[in-house]
Amino acid sequence: MIVELGHFTLILAFMVAVVQSTLPMWGAYTRDARLMAVAGPAAVAQFALIAVSFAALTYAFVSSDFSLRLVVLNSHTAKPMLYKFAGVWGNHEGSLLLWVLALAAFGASAAVFGSNLPATLKARVLAVQGSVGVAFLAFTLLTSNPFLRLEVPPLNGDDLNPLLQDPGLAFHPPFLYLGYVGLSMSFSFAVAALIEGRVDAAWGRWVRPWTLAAWIFLTIGIALGSWWAYYELGWGGFWFWDPVENASFMPWLISTALLHSAIVVEKRESLKAWTILLAIIAFGFSLIGTFIVRSGVITSVHAFANDPERGMFILLILGVFMGGALLLFALRAGTLEAKGAFAMVSRETALVANNLLLAVSAFVVFIGTIWPLIAELVWDRKLSVGVPFFNAAFTPFMVGLAIILPIGAMLPWKRAQISRTLRPLRGAIVLAIAGGLLAYALQTGRSALGPVGLALGVWVVAGAVTDLWARSGRGDFGSRLSRLRLLPRADWGKVTAHSGMGITMFAVAAMTAWVTEDIRVVRVGETYPLGSYQITLRAVQEVQGPNYTSTMAEMRVMRGGADVVTLYPEKRFYPVAAMPTTEAAIDYGVWRDLYLVIGDPQTGGGYAVRGYVKPFANWLWGGVLLMAFGGMLSLTDRRYRVAAGARSVVAPAAVPAE
Amino acid sequence: MRALIVAFCLLASPAMAVNPDEVLADPALETRARAISLDLRCPVCSSETIDDSNAPISRSLRLAVRERLVAGDSDAEVVDYVVQRYGEYVLYKPRISGSGLMLWLAGPAMLLGGGALAYMTTRRRAAAPEAAVLSDTDRARLDDLLRR
Repeated sequence: MIVELGHFTLILAFMVAVVQSTLPMWGAYTRDARLMAVAGPAAVAQFALIAVSFAALTYAFVSSDFSLRLVVLNSHTAKPMLYKFAGVWGNHEGSLLLWVLALAAFGASAAVFGSNLPATLKARVLAVQGSVGVAFLAFTLLTSNPFLRLEVPPLNGDDLNPLLQDPGLAFHPPFLYLGYVGLSMSFSFAVAALIEGRVDAAWGRWVRPWTLAAWIFLTIGIALGSWWAYYELGWGGFWFWDPVENASFMPWLISTALLHSAIVVEKRESLKAWTILLAIIAFGFSLIGTFIVRSGVITSVHAFANDPERGMFILLILGVFMGGALLLFALRAGTLEAKGAFAMVSRETALVANNLLLAVSAFVVFIGTIWPLIAELVWDRKLSVGVPFFNAAFTPFMVGLAIILPIGAMLPWKRAQISRTLRPLRGAIVLAIAGGLLAYALQTGRSALGPVGLALGVWVVAGAVTDLWARSGRGDFGSRLSRLRLLPRADWGKVTAHSGMGITMFAVAAMTAWVTEDIRVVRVGETYPLGSYQITLRAVQEVQGPNYTSTMAEMRVMRGGADVVTLYPEKRFYPVAAMPTTEAAIDYGVWRDLYLVIGDPQTGGGYAVRGYVKPFANWLWGGVLLMAFGGMLSLTDRRYRVAAGARSVVAPAAVPAE
Repeated sequence: MRALIVAFCLLASPAMAVNPDEVLADPALETRARAISLDLRCPVCSSETIDDSNAPISRSLRLAVRERLVAGDSDAEVVDYVVQRYGEYVLYKPRISGSGLMLWLAGPAMLLGGGALAYMTTRRRAAAPEAAVLSDTDRARLDDLLRR
């Protein structure tokens, strides 16, 4: 009964979305206030209905209702409650329901917080958002209905993929979806602005919080996913350039570019057409990501729904929305006159360079991801594009970005001189070069990766701090320090996010360049060295888990005769899914992670054991979280607060055109 | 050679990627072997290098790579050897030649094109304000502001 209710509300939500996408649009065209007023309540109702539907599916999973096909395929009574719950979105149908729930949530919050938007803009934004809802609700109901019953329910389920039974993975899809779907808001604002034929500073200010929110979610989602891969997949990598990872990374890169170009629209009323285009493309990449993950055209380790029919449907959605929006853009972009002019050297051009580098790097990821598909379609050749290509083709753009970042962040608007901006940055330059040289002197081997990574990281972080300090004005140390506290949150957010970026870059380089790896056969009782540590395999025993059996090793780690830690790496076997997983044991530290993996027993006795010392591993996720935190600081700036956005912006919008 | 691979396949127990018994005694050769196997894709897996993969065929490929290295082949020769037998599908880093050139040059080409476009647009815009004269309404507004 509850399941049928969920199914029913999902169909109702589809109908509400149809209303939401048509009546307000017509109302905005005919200036009919009553029709435009439909948008808000419809958006809220659509969200409420999908929420009921999602709750019903959750209920079915939590109560192990095996009359539901989806529950049978993805759950089991012996599974811990957390994963019964997470199992709701650990599959194609359920995750799609979460997708539309997030979509409707964004629409509803735009309806609630957007009371200060002009009536026509608000109606159009919500209508466009509603039309995205129509497409995806139709997709859910027609090709991926989670509420299908089975005639003869089995006694128990098939269990969730054991790899997904992990806290890191359980909670990273919701963040990613909120990020993907949040970009639909920027898309809706862009399309609505094109229909209105008006993009001004106020628009820039309205669209920024939504983009920022989506970007924060994407950042956290990607960090969680990467962290999961690090500790769960068992070889300590953190990024595999897998199509599914790329699918989340491309929207991230484009939305980062969008965030920065929206600043130019807001402050200088320039780069309007480009910002609109980015907003469209950012959501386009979200859709492409959805297509890649769910169509199975590109094989990937975590593709979980490979169905050509679904692929065609998503391709259709992608074609309609991108084709429509880009056509609209082509027709209307000419009317978006730029106001603020800027010189060749200015903050604006620095942000153009930032956008160019981010867009090109996203394009490189994109072409690398779809290249196997192109090669097969065009030349009928089966080939692969993987880690070595992406590392070589993507990294240079990030290096370029890091080099210009501190300079661009400090250049004045409109007209600037590089030499004057570089003067306060001299300290950062010296520090960066010294850091790079020091790293080169200390490391063994001739690899440039570590030193360059350190130099860039120091450059970006020191540059961010210099930027902050320069904003504190003139005067003595104490008064500048007290003025720092009064700086707007957005300034602090900028510095925090940029520092996070620097730290992340450094950590990626350090972890890749300075890792210690060791693979060997170890007998129980034996001691062996790993870097500066001595490791003893003390025991190996069989352990029974709730829904798995485990081979668990006890490994004692010593350093210089002192105990460091005892680690328990496991190799689990999930009998229901008939799948083994490795559970690496990690001793997290500020300077290094100690990472141990137990393998199979060897024919000659002993166990295969892998060990790593990963320097600065936690700095990587720390840096990414710092970026997200910077975004949050910026989001809570009073000037950008969603509800407060419009009031102070009415003035610039009213300035007569040149 | 094929017999050798078959023999390796039979010997291989299902185990984790890069088994201790595969590791070469010479650390320099082993480092080269690891670097090569990170660029080669397991022919039967969904998306794994032969270095990460547990599949028996990956093991035999790892062993074949090491065998060629011990025999004195250069890195490129080893890669050619594997590609000859398993096709370019196993190459995770497509060759920078032929159609692969398009893949490798796509990014730099877009950067150059985009950069040129941005440069020209900016120059045009930067030149514009010098020529632009204040409109009457702007001048009236400016006067108004200055008088205040």
